[in-house]
Amino acid sequence: MSTGTVPAEAGVPGRPARPQFDKRYLAPVLVTVVLVVGQVTFGFLESWSRTFLAIATAIAFELALGRLFFGKWPHLASAYVSGISVGMLVRSPLFWPYALCSAISITSKYVLRSNNQHIWNPSNFGIVAMLVLASDTVAGLSVQWGNNLLPMVIVWGFGAAIIHAVGRFHITLTYVVSFLVLAVLRAAWTGHPVLSEVAPITGPMYQLFIFFMITDPRTTVRPVWGQSLVAFLVAAVEAVLRVYEFVYAPFYALFVVGPAALLLEHALARRRAVAAAPAAATAVSK
Amino acid sequence: MRRLARPLVALLFLGMLATPYLMRRYGSHAAAGVDARAKYGFHLAESSAAAGLRFTHEGPTLDPKLTHIMPQVASMGAAVSVVDVDRDGRQDVYVTNSREGSTNRFYRNRGDGTFEEIAEQLGIADVNQPATGVSMGAVWGDYDNDGYEDLLLYRWGRQELYRNNAGGSFTRVEQADTLPAWANINTAVWLDYDRDGLLDVFLGGYYSEKLNLWRLADTKIMPESFEYANNGGRKYLYRNLGGGRFEEVSERVGLSSTRWALAAVAADLRGTGYPDIFIANDYGVSELFVNDGGRFREAGRQTGVGYAPKSGMNASVGDVFNAGRFAIYVSNISEEGILLQGNNLWVPTDAGGPLVRYENMATSMGVALGGWSFGAQFGDLNNDGLLDIYLVNGYVSASREESYWYDFAKVAGGHEVVISDARNWPSMGERSLGGYQPKKVWINDGAGRFVDVAPMVGVTDRHDGRSVALADLSNRGVLDVLVANQRGPLLLYRNDVAPGRHWVAFALEGGCDGDPGDTRCTNRSAIGAQVTLHWNGQRQVQEVSGGSGFCSQNQRALHFGLGESDAIEKAVIRWPSGKVDEIVRPAAGRVHMVKETV
Repeated sequence: MSTGTVPAEAGVPGRPARPQFDKRYLAPVLVTVVLVVGQVTFGFLESWSRTFLAIATAIAFELALGRLFFGKWPHLASAYVSGISVGMLVRSPLFWPYALCSAISITSKYVLRSNNQHIWNPSNFGIVAMLVLASDTVAGLSVQWGNNLLPMVIVWGFGAAIIHAVGRFHITLTYVVSFLVLAVLRAAWTGHPVLSEVAPITGPMYQLFIFFMITDPRTTVRPVWGQSLVAFLVAAVEAVLRVYEFVYAPFYALFVVGPAALLLEHALARRRAVAAAPAAATAVSK
Repeated sequence: MRRLARPLVALLFLGMLATPYLMRRYGSHAAAGVDARAKYGFHLAESSAAAGLRFTHEGPTLDPKLTHIMPQVASMGAAVSVVDVDRDGRQDVYVTNSREGSTNRFYRNRGDGTFEEIAEQLGIADVNQPATGVSMGAVWGDYDNDGYEDLLLYRWGRQELYRNNAGGSFTRVEQADTLPAWANINTAVWLDYDRDGLLDVFLGGYYSEKLNLWRLADTKIMPESFEYANNGGRKYLYRNLGGGRFEEVSERVGLSSTRWALAAVAADLRGTGYPDIFIANDYGVSELFVNDGGRFREAGRQTGVGYAPKSGMNASVGDVFNAGRFAIYVSNISEEGILLQGNNLWVPTDAGGPLVRYENMATSMGVALGGWSFGAQFGDLNNDGLLDIYLVNGYVSASREESYWYDFAKVAGGHEVVISDARNWPSMGERSLGGYQPKKVWINDGAGRFVDVAPMVGVTDRHDGRSVALADLSNRGVLDVLVANQRGPLLLYRNDVAPGRHWVAFALEGGCDGDPGDTRCTNRSAIGAQVTLHWNGQRQVQEVSGGSGFCSQNQRALHFGLGESDAIEKAVIRWPSGKVDEIVRPAAGRVHMVKETV
């Protein structure tokens, strides 16, 4: 997960500028609310110490690599969200997977890049890497929001409001609608009860996935219609993986579809630039 | 420098990705292909057939509405408990069965390494009928202080107390009709919670007592949540009034919960003299009911054990550090890449006092990952003076090719409206769920780590283990291992300990004689009595238990390994009556029979 880089609004000329809330803090605030509500209400963390370890590692790597690569201290909102997400989504009785997952997540941002942009959502990459490479010691979050709807409704409501505020609600909505439709189709295909196919989306793992991972501004394509298409494709690939019984299908689907979409967008942009270059040269020569 | 940064960080990145593999490759493992007796001090040989223990557990068949997930909902009932039924000094074995119409078995120890099956003769065989329900487990305690261990049989159905008639037969205790007429009990322990010299009994429900699992009105019988369920069975505490009469007092003494209890253990965890009750709950956090002079209060969160909900399936206590204090072992579920709850080893971290603080040290001590874990017991298997852990596991072993894990995880993560209704669970068919798992025999290295030596010492079975009981079945000074497997055979692992490893045991008998009891004496079974052994600069505490592990009960006598030293400084016996006895320099290599003086 990462956060958007939305600058604070400028003040009206002639009036003293009102202090504006930096929207980069919206995602950290939301994910912190999810963490605190989940832990205080249900005690859903493996332990506070593991989550703190994940956050501290993510921040430390972000500081070190940001300074090393760009010569300045980076804004830490993104690393904080990545660390806290790892702390919540990774399940292991050991400590080191939390640190390693955070370290891999942040480092992937600096190593795996295209067009000077990282192409994998950091925590998505880290979690998939751990699920694949360290499956003997790592699993994903599998708990629920207790026994009643209220905490789930609060997180859904609060999350939707924040995602709407940063202009990315269409991504979440497209994914959710796609998931539900595909769940019905899967149920028809497998013969399993519809509710059993819908069940996963009611858990907090999906809320973290829906609000933080697939909406990450740094790793989504630019056009709004393209973002919605990618959200649908993530849901579609996930549906296929679910037919083949991949427990952590959404992570794998985003791992595949997200970078593929970005790389395609970059390739198309390069092609347009190449096509535009001779035309521009011709115009200049006239 | 920045030019070099990218390749260097890329290398670092590759190193990080390779780390899990390298840790697996070069992590510490017990050495294979060695002489187990020489290296680890013991070897276990599966000897059930030679001993005459020929028994295979059969599971129940519940309401047809549950047929599609029957292996999952009818996955318990294999239990084993140890008792010296006729006071002949030899440990006998009782095993439960769970198919409707099947019989439980009682194996009387002949003393020559073999057993004879006499359950029918004793009147405790034909106890699994549709009208009364089927067995889940059994615990033994001398409720009437006549010197003979009586039997509490707990079932999904009617609970039953049988009086032991001097070891020759059993009679159903009619006055015990106050026991739940119908409840789905999965754990029971004898304890004297008010220290009046009479054994009381705790019963923990799993499915709600409102359900008759053979005649369901609907399919809404499943937990309302995989980790926060509160719609399980209620708890019962029956106070022994004497004369075979019991009074249900759970609400009155503060012992109420409707979590899904699978295991409980009673022990004096705080040094108050009163037994506390620890409950390992499926689908939720564990509960610790601390006993303040006969009144209980739940202190899970204050003590640290009430966080991080898991799937508790075992509760046993052991002094793993030889520090004179009990750690608590709780088994949970671990499946690679799917669900890694990890087992809990709750170790007391404070200096003692009115409320113990616990820290889960299972990971650092190497006893966290045990598959779909069920029963476990502490015992010094190699007589080195340190308590080891024997753990069984495996949930449903059916098809070796097809797994139910995906569908299980899909629904288990869903909301209450989905998970709580069995109709929403996909059909299991012949698929396995956490099946064919290797067992764990963790030996304590004395430096804070346990090492799994199961295959090296001869434990290679892959049955769906449920219940483990430890007992010295041949009075040789070693702990043998009995394992009850769900829909599988009863196993006896006969222990062969290397020479030069010493031991001592204490068979305690409380001073109360007949009922009503007396606060000045201890129940005849001595349940709750503690022995602290001091030797070779070490001390280890053990407590006589009225049931521990998962649906099991070890031998009554307390067995201590001593290692190479046979010089014992003293044994301090603290009786529930408050009396303290001290045996100075007890001889090693024998069972000390100690009766409380009144």
